Amino acid sequence: MTAVDSPEDTALASVPTAWEQFPFPFVADQYRYSTNVEPARRPVATPVGRWGTPLVAVDEHYRTELDERAAILAADPSRHAVLPHMRPAAWDACLTLLGELAAAVPHLASLTPVGARGEGRWHWRNDLTGDDLTFTYGDDASLPDEPLRWVCGQVQEDVVLLDQREQLYGDAGVVTFAADWSFGFDVGMSFLEIHGPVPRIHEEGVITRAHDFLMRLQPHAPYRRTNWTLTVGRRLDVATERYHEWGPDRELVQRVDDETFGRLVHLRVEVQHLVRLPDSGAVMFLIRTHLQPLEAIARVEPWRSRAAEVLAELPEDMADYKGIIKYRDRAAAWLRAAGEQ
Amino acid sequence: MSDLELVVTRVDDSVPGVRSLDLATPDGARLPRFVPGSHLVVHLGEEGDRTNAYSLTSDGTDPTAYSISVLRVADGAGGSRWVHDALAVGDRVRARLPRSAFAPVARARKHLLVAGGIGVTPIVSHLRAAARWGREVQVLYAFREGHGAHVDDVLDLCPSAELLVDGPDELLARLRVALREQPVGTHLYVCGPGAMIDAVLAAAADAGWPGSRVHLERFGTDALDPGDPFTVTLARTGRTLRVPSGTSLLEALEADGVAVPNLCRQGVCGECMLPVVSGRPLHRDLFLSEPDKASGRVVMPCVSRADGPSLEVAL
Repeated sequence: MTAVDSPEDTALASVPTAWEQFPFPFVADQYRYSTNVEPARRPVATPVGRWGTPLVAVDEHYRTELDERAAILAADPSRHAVLPHMRPAAWDACLTLLGELAAAVPHLASLTPVGARGEGRWHWRNDLTGDDLTFTYGDDASLPDEPLRWVCGQVQEDVVLLDQREQLYGDAGVVTFAADWSFGFDVGMSFLEIHGPVPRIHEEGVITRAHDFLMRLQPHAPYRRTNWTLTVGRRLDVATERYHEWGPDRELVQRVDDETFGRLVHLRVEVQHLVRLPDSGAVMFLIRTHLQPLEAIARVEPWRSRAAEVLAELPEDMADYKGIIKYRDRAAAWLRAAGEQ
Repeated sequence: MSDLELVVTRVDDSVPGVRSLDLATPDGARLPRFVPGSHLVVHLGEEGDRTNAYSLTSDGTDPTAYSISVLRVADGAGGSRWVHDALAVGDRVRARLPRSAFAPVARARKHLLVAGGIGVTPIVSHLRAAARWGREVQVLYAFREGHGAHVDDVLDLCPSAELLVDGPDELLARLRVALREQPVGTHLYVCGPGAMIDAVLAAAADAGWPGSRVHLERFGTDALDPGDPFTVTLARTGRTLRVPSGTSLLEALEADGVAVPNLCRQGVCGECMLPVVSGRPLHRDLFLSEPDKASGRVVMPCVSRADGPSLEVAL
């Protein structure tokens, strides 16, 4: 952190940094798709810190990321949708996320019941945003915005809400930091349709197992998984809608010098939490995006060598789907060379 | 997930044969929220060694108590008799977290709720949610005159509810008409005695209702059953361990200090797979393919058991 210029920045200085919370995703030198779900909330110690205890994580990018989300939503309303039947799920997600945020940073935020039992009134205080308000669960007029969009101004996570019918359907969400997909295109699709383009996972049964698992998910027993790709630049919003802005970077990055390459190419890791909401019964899918440049990854020897092996070995179809086929060989070589210096 | 320690804060015997209980935390703290139609698995008896599942009838959005209603089953395993005869205000009971297996369908245009006897309990919590979110509901509630649980709750939450006290034929006659009057997009929910559920399902099928629009509540089919006890032999050392009912093979191995890599513990991720040397596995996972299951050569110890008295694994 550099100059401390506001009370919020002082508050953010009290939480672990993004680097300390970085969820390095590779557990072996080879990466394949699997139904890699595990119970949430278990801390994971890393060479530089730890991650995994809270469902929502706060780091020093809190205000800049929320400002960026607000700007994206203002410019492109299709990043937010709540189909009419998802209104209860949106409220459920709102209350659940506020409780999780208060649990993650109790010195900075609190959610307190107000009034008589069963009245459904809550007081919310968030020192990071300056919010201090009282709302009534289920009463849209008691919040300044639609509940899901409003709560996504409180947490750094993207949110998708899945309605459970015979299958799961992605019927609501706020997704401003999509990794090369389009929430607006996917709204209303089934879970299996949404994952249609992913190679291998259908033949290998990975996706139907994940779907079966989610259908049986119970409240108060959240699970998590990680996913990853590479992104050029510290760019959170690589949604399909803005492909024309970031797509050319995949060409550009092949021509930069080595130092610039290590600074520009980021390992992008998503921590995805899977939560059965405890009132509506919808499944809440949280996506938290972490970005670290290769030059930072290279400073941690076990991360450098493992990331190099994974990138070098990754099969063509998976590298193609991840959109990294044009520069993953160079990324692997760059990481290997960094180990020889 | 650990059990909840609860204390009985209210006992209501006003309906003959039905005892309603409020269960709260000893310090009055808020309880975990629950989805309408959820049930609570409660440990019963002096030793807490029996478990029964009871539908929650209270509001799950911010519960300070869990309410259940227990029908006295004279010839049952004894759990309900214990609730009726032994349990009193101030007593402690253990319960697992509420489980959701009979949730309202968010996208339903209308909800047709059919309850028989004590099967009204999950319907009550559906009605609470329907009132909160403005859902259109229709209720048919059949019970024995003078033995209707939650009649006042049902009428409070749904004044148009039809109370049917003239026996199963009256319910079915009324239902057959109602099934043909519903707007497209209505979902049917039924909870009650097994024979009644079967009759309602048959009537719905007869009226052309697709199965995806019909929902029923039978306890015990959701969570995996505890399974029969068996023994497992570790091929490498020849050691034999007991796997009691209610303990998974994975847990039994871990309790004996045998480390097995695992992740989800739900039969999904495939991480804990073990080769089988002899004996036949009782597969309960979602991971193995049908040919793998049929071969009997591998087992997922987090959920699967032995189909027989013993199993030998390559450990």
